[in-house]
Amino acid sequence: MDALLIEYLPILVFIGIAAGLTIAMVGASYLIARQAPDSEKLSPFECGFAPFSDARAQFDVRFYLVAILFIIFDLEVAFLFPWAVAFKDIGTFGFWSMMLFLGILTVGFVYEWKKGALEWE
Amino acid sequence: MIHALAFYVFAAVTVVSAFMVISARNPVHSVLYLILAFFNSAALFLLMGAEFIAMILVIVYVGAVAVLFLFVVMMLDINIAELRQGFLKYLPIGAAVGIALFAEILLALGAWSVSPVAAGSLRAKVSDVPNTEALGRLIYTDYMFLFQAAGMVLLIAMIGAIVLTLRTRPGVRRQKIAAQIGRRREEAVVLVKTRVGEGVSS
Amino acid sequence: MDGLHNWTLAAPEIFLAAAAMILLMIGVYRGERGADLVSSLCVASLGIAIFLVLRLEHGTAYHELFLVDAFTKMMKVLSLLAAGIAIVMSRSYFVLVGVWRFEFPVLVLLATLGMLVMISANDLMTLYLGLEMQSLALYVTAAFQRDSERSTEAGLKYFVLSSVASGMLLYGASLVYGFAGTTSFPGLARGFLAGDVATGAIIGLVFVLAGLVFKISAVPFHMWTPDVYEGAPTPVTALFSVAPKIAAMSLIVSVVMGPFRPLLAQWQQILVAVAVLSTIWGAIAALRQENIKRLMAYSSIANMGYVVLGLAAGTEEGVRSVVIYMIIYLAMNVGTFAVILSMRRKGVMVERISDLSGLAQRQPMMALALLLFMFSMAGIPPLAGFFAKLNVFLAAINAGLYVAATIAVLASVVGAYYYVRIVKVMYFDDPAEAFDRPVERDMAVVMLATALFVFPVFPVFQAPFMNGAQAAAKTFFSGR
Repeated sequence: MDALLIEYLPILVFIGIAAGLTIAMVGASYLIARQAPDSEKLSPFECGFAPFSDARAQFDVRFYLVAILFIIFDLEVAFLFPWAVAFKDIGTFGFWSMMLFLGILTVGFVYEWKKGALEWE
Repeated sequence: MIHALAFYVFAAVTVVSAFMVISARNPVHSVLYLILAFFNSAALFLLMGAEFIAMILVIVYVGAVAVLFLFVVMMLDINIAELRQGFLKYLPIGAAVGIALFAEILLALGAWSVSPVAAGSLRAKVSDVPNTEALGRLIYTDYMFLFQAAGMVLLIAMIGAIVLTLRTRPGVRRQKIAAQIGRRREEAVVLVKTRVGEGVSS
Repeated sequence: MDGLHNWTLAAPEIFLAAAAMILLMIGVYRGERGADLVSSLCVASLGIAIFLVLRLEHGTAYHELFLVDAFTKMMKVLSLLAAGIAIVMSRSYFVLVGVWRFEFPVLVLLATLGMLVMISANDLMTLYLGLEMQSLALYVTAAFQRDSERSTEAGLKYFVLSSVASGMLLYGASLVYGFAGTTSFPGLARGFLAGDVATGAIIGLVFVLAGLVFKISAVPFHMWTPDVYEGAPTPVTALFSVAPKIAAMSLIVSVVMGPFRPLLAQWQQILVAVAVLSTIWGAIAALRQENIKRLMAYSSIANMGYVVLGLAAGTEEGVRSVVIYMIIYLAMNVGTFAVILSMRRKGVMVERISDLSGLAQRQPMMALALLLFMFSMAGIPPLAGFFAKLNVFLAAINAGLYVAATIAVLASVVGAYYYVRIVKVMYFDDPAEAFDRPVERDMAVVMLATALFVFPVFPVFQAPFMNGAQAAAKTFFSGR
């Protein structure tokens, strides 16, 4: 099992460097810079007057539609990885199995296209 | 040693960030903590040698589901302070349910006995093919029926999302490429002879 | 490479999937004008699927993931019938509220596909995928009238609560797999018969049952039912009250009588508790309802209680009583909803019980049909509902569940009150304003057919139904 971990060692080192660097930068500015906060300095700044409302505006539901359609095709792609990796073992049967699956999703894709779900005004 | 250390680090970060998901004041922060929790669970899967699930967790959950959650959070027009008012009131009930579930898990673990079949598959030698390939050999042939059923579930999800959220807005001018290209000169252009001093009327 | 061995056993499922995709394409290419065409083709496809189901041989396919036997065939025919009738009844309602779109029949078709997969499940994974396919399509149908706040609310409530139930089921299934080492039903049965029953597997069973009990809306997990029934568009409520119930009930039967039969002692107490609580709560909570859709929600809770009681017997007689009950429940419920869907005044749906007052003087035939359904649900002899309850009680008593059977009988006496109250409102109260006439032809046909089934067809010609149910029940007790 440790042999497996060795393979991921570069990632671990990378995470370590990233974490170390961020902590160093934030920590250094916290320690070295002169800190004299007051309430005006800490308040959000919007062209000189106090902010009217929350910065969060309500999104349109269409963003959600795009996101959910993206998830569906993302999952489809997730199924493609093992298929590609094991392609030589599963033969024609596996090939047509995936074609059928893609066919089902293509039907969905045609539906979506004809409905105009992919158009943005 | 490093294995155990990595496990405890990732597990601790997962638990803490999962707790932050439900206790963060700002829902956007909750989603960010959720992403952190997903990443750490992916790392935990890696430690178990399930690299395919780990990568899927990163691609699908971090890449797509978390984005969807962000959109949903941004879509909702909710007052967080109001929403959190009931938190303390329901805390005892929630805690009771949690403790009950935890006690059940303890009971199950206390009477730990596993069927020989399960024990056998635990001891079975992990083949030396990577598990992405091992999964690939099964999903598309032995479990073909379930694979296609999953395809149908995705199709239903697609139809459902469109049925429930897609609205055609009136008065939007779209490109009609066929009509635009199919226009002929006669339909679009009129030649008018103009005399000097009279101009063109109508 | 025998992945395709026996693949024709899934012919109805494959046909429905292909039909749903083709109809989706027809619908999207013809635009909104295609709704009527798609809807009639959907009904036709369900009919063909029934024909295909009846011609199936018995056996397993796809590496034991999929099972066909007399029981699954029976249940498939019932859910296909229920879905077909629901589509037929939905047209006039959706035209009335202005959301008649071709997606609705296609979604019902896809939900039915999920039900067939559920019913044929021979593996925990097939079970879950079928259940999700069905539920996902049903969430959308519940919220189909998307400009109505109530419909959206119903869809959302159903979605959130049902997801929790699916989560429990999945958690249970993973516990079962972890402790028993297999997800296949025959494999689980072999393991449990050999005597290695892990505590974890029993906890898993409890979670799986909790998830499934949610889907039939029996008591500890019933709280979603009245709100969803009331809020969802009425034809969708009609669909919810029969088709998914049949599929989920059949799933419970095949789970507890198949892989978990050696654990009878464990699940019997759960099912008895569910049955007793459902019958009591269904009877008491319905007493104060003024909305007829809410009333039907509590009525279905109580009815599911009786069905579960039959199953709790754990005998061949018990399974037979479940099948018979589902047949009769289908007829009574569909008929009642045909009446509810005909309750409209000047093109507006009304759904309070007081709106029915004096119906007998205005529309005597409709009142008579509703009288038959109500008396049948109350279990008054010689209507079909009486035989349904009788079989359940006999099975429970023969299995020694005396206390539970007695409580259920008492609850059914209490429950009879609210059914009879509707009859009283129709026949003895001052007439209210009449409903729109004529009643839609589709509704009239459904009402007539189901009313005739409730009386006199079923009570007189019981033998074929009894034999069919017997054959279905027998599959669990002979050489599996």
